[in-house]
Amino acid sequence: MHLYSVPLIFVLIGLALYAVLAGADFGAGFWQLLAGGGERGERLRDHAHNAMAPVWEANHVWLIFVLTVTWTAYPAAFGAIASTLCVPLFIAALGIIMRGAAYALRAGAEQAREQRRIDLVFAGASVLTPFALGTVIGAIASQRVPVGNAAGDLFSSWLNPTSLMIGVLAVANSAYVAAVFLAADARRMGLDAPGERELEDSLRLRALVTGLAAGAVAAAGLVVVHSDAHFLYERLLEGAALAAVIVSALAGLATLALVFARLYEIARYSAALAVAAVIAGWALAQRPVLLKGLTVQQAAAPHDTLVVVIVAVLGGALILFPSLALLFRLVLRGRLDHGGSGEPAPSVAAADSTGLARVLAASASGLLARIAGACLLTGFGLLTIAEAGWAHAIGLAALLGFICVGFVAIVPAQLAAEEPD
Amino acid sequence: MGAAHQAYLLEARQMQALSFAVHIPLVCFGIAFPAMVLFCEWLYLRSGDELYRTLARRWTRIMAALFAVGVITGTILSFEMGLLWPNFTATFGSVFGLGFAIEGFSFFLEAIFIGIYIYGWDRLSPRAHFWSGIPIAIAGVTGSLTVISVNAWMNHPGGFRMVDGRAVDVHPLKALFANSFLWPELTHMYIAGYIVTGFLVAGAYAIGKLRGKWGRYERTALAIPLTIAALAAPVQVLVGDWAAREVAVQQPVKLAAFEGLAHTTNGASEHILGWYEDETVKYGIAIPKLLSLLAYHNPDATVQGLDTVPKDRQPPINIVRLAFQTMVGIGTLLALLGAWLLGVRIRRGRLPESPWFYRAVALAGPASLLALIAGWVTTEVGRQPWVVYHVMLTSEAVTGAGGIIVGYTALALVYLGVAAGVVWILRRLSRAPLELSA
Repeated sequence: MHLYSVPLIFVLIGLALYAVLAGADFGAGFWQLLAGGGERGERLRDHAHNAMAPVWEANHVWLIFVLTVTWTAYPAAFGAIASTLCVPLFIAALGIIMRGAAYALRAGAEQAREQRRIDLVFAGASVLTPFALGTVIGAIASQRVPVGNAAGDLFSSWLNPTSLMIGVLAVANSAYVAAVFLAADARRMGLDAPGERELEDSLRLRALVTGLAAGAVAAAGLVVVHSDAHFLYERLLEGAALAAVIVSALAGLATLALVFARLYEIARYSAALAVAAVIAGWALAQRPVLLKGLTVQQAAAPHDTLVVVIVAVLGGALILFPSLALLFRLVLRGRLDHGGSGEPAPSVAAADSTGLARVLAASASGLLARIAGACLLTGFGLLTIAEAGWAHAIGLAALLGFICVGFVAIVPAQLAAEEPD
Repeated sequence: MGAAHQAYLLEARQMQALSFAVHIPLVCFGIAFPAMVLFCEWLYLRSGDELYRTLARRWTRIMAALFAVGVITGTILSFEMGLLWPNFTATFGSVFGLGFAIEGFSFFLEAIFIGIYIYGWDRLSPRAHFWSGIPIAIAGVTGSLTVISVNAWMNHPGGFRMVDGRAVDVHPLKALFANSFLWPELTHMYIAGYIVTGFLVAGAYAIGKLRGKWGRYERTALAIPLTIAALAAPVQVLVGDWAAREVAVQQPVKLAAFEGLAHTTNGASEHILGWYEDETVKYGIAIPKLLSLLAYHNPDATVQGLDTVPKDRQPPINIVRLAFQTMVGIGTLLALLGAWLLGVRIRRGRLPESPWFYRAVALAGPASLLALIAGWVTTEVGRQPWVVYHVMLTSEAVTGAGGIIVGYTALALVYLGVAAGVVWILRRLSRAPLELSA
């Protein structure tokens, strides 16, 4: 393992997490499109929305992580990819805008008609975005992105058999993972009436069908790659890459069996493994080449940058993973569910605010106002008049002190409590 | 450089400017709104008064909607780093990229805890819920720190050497954080976040007051953001002045563009209003020696003129100058409006009563937004024709792929739709009934 490939491993982990977690969110949108009409369709759409609502923003950030680490650690490759593949990336970007906007707007929808219209935009964008991003992966994997500023063909680079196949695979995989996750959520939330498993059953059926479909696309994909990018085909079927492909196939089959047996919670993880193993297989097949004529080593940023990026990512992970664990634990325990079960929080007992405390507060307010005034004058003297760097630092602190102390002195809540004359 | 290339570069710059202008107001809400919501929730925890809880909950819904839109508009900006300026990113990603990589983690924390905060009302214990909001406010600080560090680096680049068009000897930490440009710019933007959010939120309730909606709920909802904005606005004048002095030292040509100063001058005058034409400011009000005094604390100091660089290395003067004057003019008026509130509070111990005050507050929201965008035009257009000051021209950074106009048009249309949607949802949320007893 060389230093220059460590950030690439981070990128691939980020990509796998994005494909699984955000993929499930995209798939939830896909199922909103194919939820069917009537009350049952309505229930499925609401369920898909509610299951995704607390997590989609966090899941989306994995894409930002992938982009930023790539352009920091492999800037030349990033410039080449983004310029040659600007069309599918722009399509994905538009899809992301429409998805996010539709999500934000749904909170304001009052009538079913408005909600359906918003859901339609959301669902359309949820199919478009993973497809476009899949074609980008296909373009890189089939080595259609040369080094340089828009050096490749703007259209055939991503409108080719491998890209289209991976685009379709991305959509199928998203739908599959989402159906598994949503079935698990439906079971956990107890959304179905006692003795019935209507919602769960419909999602289970969807999971089984799309699971088979995704498997079929993946198998057909090998045929496509065989003719369209033969070098990739050969590398996929040897050594470690082959092992990853086999793991992926087995995990996919295991997921089908688990879903069939209604063991959804375990199926979540096997489905995730199937997706992650595909990405690992691709990376293993392609190494050490990043783009056509550019190895990972050649693309890598200078030594110092690699070191600080690795330190930053590891340090960030120390904060990130406990936070993510908290979010997902709350979600999986139903603590953030919309409606449904869960104890309502007790309200706070009113704190005692005695007359004495009020008098003290009133006299303190006058003192604080003077302190705030002193801060403002100090800040003006040290930031505006003085020239030295240390004076500016103290002056700035004094000015921020003015804002904070001033805010406490003004007591806006009390200001508002006064009845107007 | 051909005319076609120029037109094409202009399209790319405008597309970037559009994306940025759409995103930056949402950044203000990301910086300042969580703190205001948390303050209300803290008041509820302390007093048990349901009014504060209702206020915090209703603001949470607005925060949630604006954050979701901010997530996507921010994502577009990161895509455009590659879609529009691949050569900039390819050449300097190793130098500045770290800033965005760290920002990614701030964004993660923000997204995770905003999910917990929004959906945790009624579900978590009141205290746990309050604490789940704290990381959102912290991430607002660290996120703006790292993003501004990249912009400060573009204005005052360091931490690398150029050899044959490649950045070598790269020290990202030094490039981003050991930069004298960072602190004034960061403070200026951070305070702007509070001013814009404060006046916009207060402005909505000021309009309500003018229409006769003026219960304790509305007064509280106005007083909290307005107090913050009123305190921040005068401070911003001083911080802006500090930032301008930093520009005077590091980017004298940019300062000359702010002021429309054609020739290097001793004891330069400051011109208020007016128009730059034929190497002079016409129809402006000249205040002798003020520019030298403000920029260098010496009325006779020499101020570099635009003539120190060739014409094709000068930014477009009138755009920069107009933007600068707009920012300074509005900023000054906002500081005066803040002083009005503080004066009435100190002397009478209450909120002002004059309807003119509330009309001014209603106007201050959009005005502060205009000042914010004008400020960014000042610094970004003022840096032109450079993307990395004195190192890389914007024309060298732009993508070689054609058809920017298609993307630009598509994005403009989609953003029009998003803007209409945001207005629609904010109106919907403002109409939702109060659930005081909830």
